Formats: sequence, C-alpha cells, structure tokens
Amino acid sequence: MTKVVNKYTEDDLKIELENKEYEYGFYTDIESDTFPVGLSEDIVRAISQKKEEPQWMTDWRIEAFRAWQEMTEPTWANVHYDKPDFQAISYYSAPKKKAKYNSLDEVDPELLETFKKLGISLDEQKVLAGVAVDIVMDSVSVATTFKKTLSEKGIIFCSISEAIKEHPELVQKYIGSVVPQKDNFYAALNSAVFSDGSFCYIPKGVRCPMELSTYFRINQAGTGQFERTLVIADEGSYVSYLEGCTAPSRDENQLHAAVVELIALDDAEIKYSTVQNWYPGNKEGKGGVFNFVTKRGLCEKNAKISWTQVETGSAVTWKYPSCVLKGDNSVGEFYSIAVTNNFQQADTGTKMVHLGKNTKSTIISKGISAGKSQNSYRGLVQISARAENARNFSQCDSLLMGNNCGAHTFPYIESKNPSAKIEHEATTSKIGEDQVFYCNQRGIPTEKAIALIVNGFSKDVLNKLPMEFAVEAQKLLEISLEGSVG
Amino acid sequence: MLQIKNLHAKVEDKDILKGINLTVNAGEVHAIMGPNGSGKSTLSAVIAGNENYEVTEGEVILDGEDLSELAPEERAHKGVFLSFQYPVEIPGVSVTNFMKTAINESRKAKGLEEMPANEMLKLIREKSELLEIDRKFMSRSLNEGFSGGEKKRNEIFQMAMLDPKLAILDETDSGLDIDALRIVANGVNKLKSDKNAVIVITHYQRLLDYIVPDFVHVLYNGKIVKSGGKELAYELEEKGYDWIKNEN
Repeated sequence: MTKVVNKYTEDDLKIELENKEYEYGFYTDIESDTFPVGLSEDIVRAISQKKEEPQWMTDWRIEAFRAWQEMTEPTWANVHYDKPDFQAISYYSAPKKKAKYNSLDEVDPELLETFKKLGISLDEQKVLAGVAVDIVMDSVSVATTFKKTLSEKGIIFCSISEAIKEHPELVQKYIGSVVPQKDNFYAALNSAVFSDGSFCYIPKGVRCPMELSTYFRINQAGTGQFERTLVIADEGSYVSYLEGCTAPSRDENQLHAAVVELIALDDAEIKYSTVQNWYPGNKEGKGGVFNFVTKRGLCEKNAKISWTQVETGSAVTWKYPSCVLKGDNSVGEFYSIAVTNNFQQADTGTKMVHLGKNTKSTIISKGISAGKSQNSYRGLVQISARAENARNFSQCDSLLMGNNCGAHTFPYIESKNPSAKIEHEATTSKIGEDQVFYCNQRGIPTEKAIALIVNGFSKDVLNKLPMEFAVEAQKLLEISLEGSVG
Repeated sequence: MLQIKNLHAKVEDKDILKGINLTVNAGEVHAIMGPNGSGKSTLSAVIAGNENYEVTEGEVILDGEDLSELAPEERAHKGVFLSFQYPVEIPGVSVTNFMKTAINESRKAKGLEEMPANEMLKLIREKSELLEIDRKFMSRSLNEGFSGGEKKRNEIFQMAMLDPKLAILDETDSGLDIDALRIVANGVNKLKSDKNAVIVITHYQRLLDYIVPDFVHVLYNGKIVKSGGKELAYELEEKGYDWIKNEN
C-alpha cells in the first residue's frame, strides 16, 4: 500500500483534538424537533422548509415523492423481513445533541466491552455511546480543523444541507445525476426525505491530502436514517473517502435508506471505503437495522472509482455499490467483505456497466456466513454494444462456518459486444475442523484461529483499505464472528 | 517426561488404541512403527488432544501433569508439538504471520509480552537457515500450493520456531525425496537436546537411518507388541510386518 507522505491522518486529528482546550459545550441543546409520523407531500415540504432549502430543492424532493408513491418495494433480493410501515415513521428529527447518559455506568456493558476490544479510547467511547464528555470532540472544532487544511486546496467538505445553501450550482448540477430520483423504491424515498449527509468537491488537478472521513463529523451521527452523500472529483483530482465507523452503532431507526453518488470526471480517481457495523439484532434475530442503500459512481474518460466495503452489521442488508463506466478507458473496482452471523441476511454485490471503450472492471467479493445467516452475492456485469475491448474480472468467494448458514452467488452477465473479455471465478469453502485443530496444535486458541483463517480469506480486500481502517476492520471481523464456532 | 499408561481410545465407536504403555525420557528418540491401521496416527492425535478421538481409559502424563483435561492449545503451550502427516492449507495466512501468531499466543498463555519484531525476524532467519528454507517461502500462504517436501520441511521449521519439549513426527518421511528427507532429518537432529524428546512415527525404516532412535516400538492392533533398540527396525524391514502379525 502506498502511503502519501506527510498525509494528515485521523491520528493527527485525534492528537490535535485531545490537546485542545474546552471550547464548545456538548449541550447545544436544540429544542425537541421531531415531526409527526407519516409521510405526505406536506411532510416533504416541511422537511425542505425546516432546512431552509431553495425552491428547486423542494421541487426536486416533491418530484421524488410523487414517483415513490407510484413505486413498490422490490422483492427480488434473497432476504426475508417484515416490510416496514412507511406511514409509521417520523421523517424528520433534529440531530440529537443532548447526551443520553450522564456516565458510562449507564451504558449497556456489552457495548462497552465491544468498544474495549476495538481499542477505542474512553472519551471516544463516551461520544459514541452518547455520554456527556468533558473534553469535547465538538463538531464545530472538528470542522474548523478540517476546513483550514482543506480550504487551502479549494476542497469543499461539508454537510449536504450546507452545500445546498453555499454551493447550489454544484449540488443542482450533480444531485440525482447518477442515482435519479426514480431509480428505485428506496432511492426515491431517500430523495424525498433525506435528512442530511455529506458533500465533497475536489477541484481540478487537486490531490486531497488526507482521507476524508465522516467519522469525525459528529454532527452527522444522529442523522443517519436517510443519508445523502455526493462526492464530485473534478478533472484529474483524487480523493479517498471513508464512511462509517467500526464501533457498533445502535440506532433506534430501524430503516436506513441512504444514497451515495460519486462523480469522477476525466482522469479523476475516487476511492470510497465503508465499514458498516450497524446493530444486527440479537442472537435470536430480534431487532436490528434494515439497511437499503443505493450507491453508484459515474466514471468519465480515464477516471477510476474503487468501492471497498466491510459489512458486518445490520439485520438485513441490500446494497450494490456500482460503477457506470461511461468514459473510454475508465476503471471500476469493487472489493467487498460481507460477514453475516446469527440471523443476519445480506444481499450485496455490485453492478459494472461498461459503456465506454477499453473500460475495465474488477470485482472481488468475500462472503463469510456463520450461525443461521444467509449471505448472497448479486452482481451484474453489463457490456454495451459500443464498449469495445471491455474487460471484467470477477471473483466471488464464500466461507461457511457451521452447518446452518447459507452462501449464495447470483452473477449476471450481459454482453452486447463480442470483443469483451469477462472472467468469473467462484469458490465456496468451509472452515475445516482440521484447520482449527492444526492452529490449536500450534498453540493458537480456536477463536484466534477462526480470526486468522477469516483474515486470510479476506486478505485481498483488507489490503485495499486505507491502513488505519484495515487494522480496525480486522479486529471487527474477529469480534463479529465471536462465539460462532465451537 | 512423557508417560502413557494403559491408554485406550476410540473414534466413532471403533476402538483403536487398546492399552498403550510408553515412557519417554528427556534426551531420547523413540520410533513407533507398525502396519497401516495399527493406530500410529491415532496415538499422535490423542497425545495432541484431537477431540475427534475419545479417550476411554488410561492417562497421558507430561512432566507429572495429566493432559487429558487440557485443550489442544494448552498442550501445545506445555511443549507438545505434532508434525502432521497431512499439513492443512490456510489460504491468505503467510508462514510468517502464522508463526508470529503461534509464538505470541504461547507467550501470552505464559504471561509473557509479545515477541519484539526484530527478535522474531532474527529467529525466523536463524531457523530457516537451519532447514535450508528460502526466505521467500516465509511470505507464501501456509501450505497452499506447497509440494509434499515443502510441507514437511515447513512442519519441521515450525518445530524449530516453537522449540517444543516433546515433538511427535507423524509419517514425516512420506512424500519426501531423498534430499528433502536428509534436510528434514538433519533439522531434527540439530534440534535434539538432552532437554527434549522426539517420537518418530513411521512405516518404513528409511527415516531411521537419518534420525537414529534409542528405542523402537512396534504397534499392532492398538497395542505395543514389541520394543527394542534400533536394530529392531532393521529386523522389521527384513522380515516385514507379517512377522509381527503372525506372532500375534
């Protein structure tokens, strides 16, 4: 892995924050601001008003809402769950700024144990669990630190709400350009009611000097239900974007329907890495987050988009980060580790749509199933008639633990150009008792042996993550599979 | 060091070991020979603590401690090492990473800190030279795509790294050509000391030309039916196992 010299890392930021004096209170107590349950055009208008959005944005939301009303929830995915009642959800709730607990003693000890295993500092634990803290990693100070470094390069990194106000020309031009409002049921819903999310613009020829991470944008933490992310890399620019957090997020919102749009203009490159660890429900399969995400990137000429994801959470996952390879010589990559345990269900994969000449895509998917979970890979490789010399390589490996889980692979290939070269490899293996015994005999206990085997299995994908993230992700895999064997 | 007393073991309701008695002292090399199906590999698996085998009677005692209640990794921490007849592959896990994990888990169990990286590298260099192993080998996935000879050499390399008290070599000679056999045997001989002991399980006398045993035991139908010095191995080679079968 090539590391950029002098890169401003999260660690640097952490140190800076720890040394900072108390500047802003954690108790910026916003008055309770939750809308009544249910969804109607009035609610959509109200959300837009509440956020002081311009008319075009309100109209765009309304258009999405009307489309959504005509749509039905997709049923083709290999997941089974009770359909959410969309009229029983409140669609706007102000970011929770008020601490839920006064001290860590009040927090679920199981959650704290997990934090400890992940090596998260005590102060961070408090923030993540929603405990009032003395040294505050306040959103304002974080934003300040970030923005100074970024603004020198002309990089915009802010909330989407802010971008709608401050950079309307960029938002209006690109929002919905890759994932149209009517793209699918959940994307339409998100377009109508999205609460907030992130916006990022990298100017022409600029290489973003640090990994952009939402992790430290604490003000985003409470607005995850209908998140909207828009990343634009202008010609010849580069950005690496990290989404999510390895710490478990116990969100009260059961339904999550995010939309992420990436635009890589000519010669630009976007690396988008996700670690998702939402509450998967308990061991009996009760509760847990439904995660229905639409993620798609558009590549112009010579551009490149890489999606890397480590999915360990959620009760139900429905997620296909995709690339539209529009420009000639553009490159799309998808690297994924999806872990399911207990009663989790994941239907995840990618779509690689080859439109331009000499376009190339690589798919490496590693599914790990344990307990009574079901893990499906679903991928589409589509080669259009004018995509001369398109290339795709797909590799889908499944690892099973125990006898009660399932792994499924649904690869779809549609080629309309005879010059295309498409390769698909798939393997399914089981963690063998003999492998575990071999490790045991060398002094490695079973849990550690499983972690070692799983990390080895996932290595090709873990290697694609930024270094700091990869270490955390490894630990996360270990924790996610604890108690799944023996 | 090791005392096996009246050991009975079965797998899936089939009795395999039917009363083994064996004492191995520090500094000794014991060879266990016998025809296929006599229980040789079962004996090694039972000493190592493989849970697929059920001990129905008897004891395995290492340095005065009964091993029967210990998990396989705990036995490893106490210094039991098994060189597998068929080493398994672990894709994506390099030999170095595997060894690092194994050594540090053992240290952890003993309340020691992790071995510092420079010390680990030094140890790897030293032991790989001992077994004439190319350093490139260290970054390959454990046993994946290894030739038969490479797998066995890797087993002995691990033995060298872990420095066990009691090493059991289960059919280490199978699948080895004569050069590999010599390298492996030399490795074992260099690792021998008056503080450790080796049990060599083999079908043929060939390996015993290189690793010279102090005692040879013949296992047949779950029991040790004959014990003697190294000359017993030659006698067996000459007369064949039918000699044993006919006597019993």
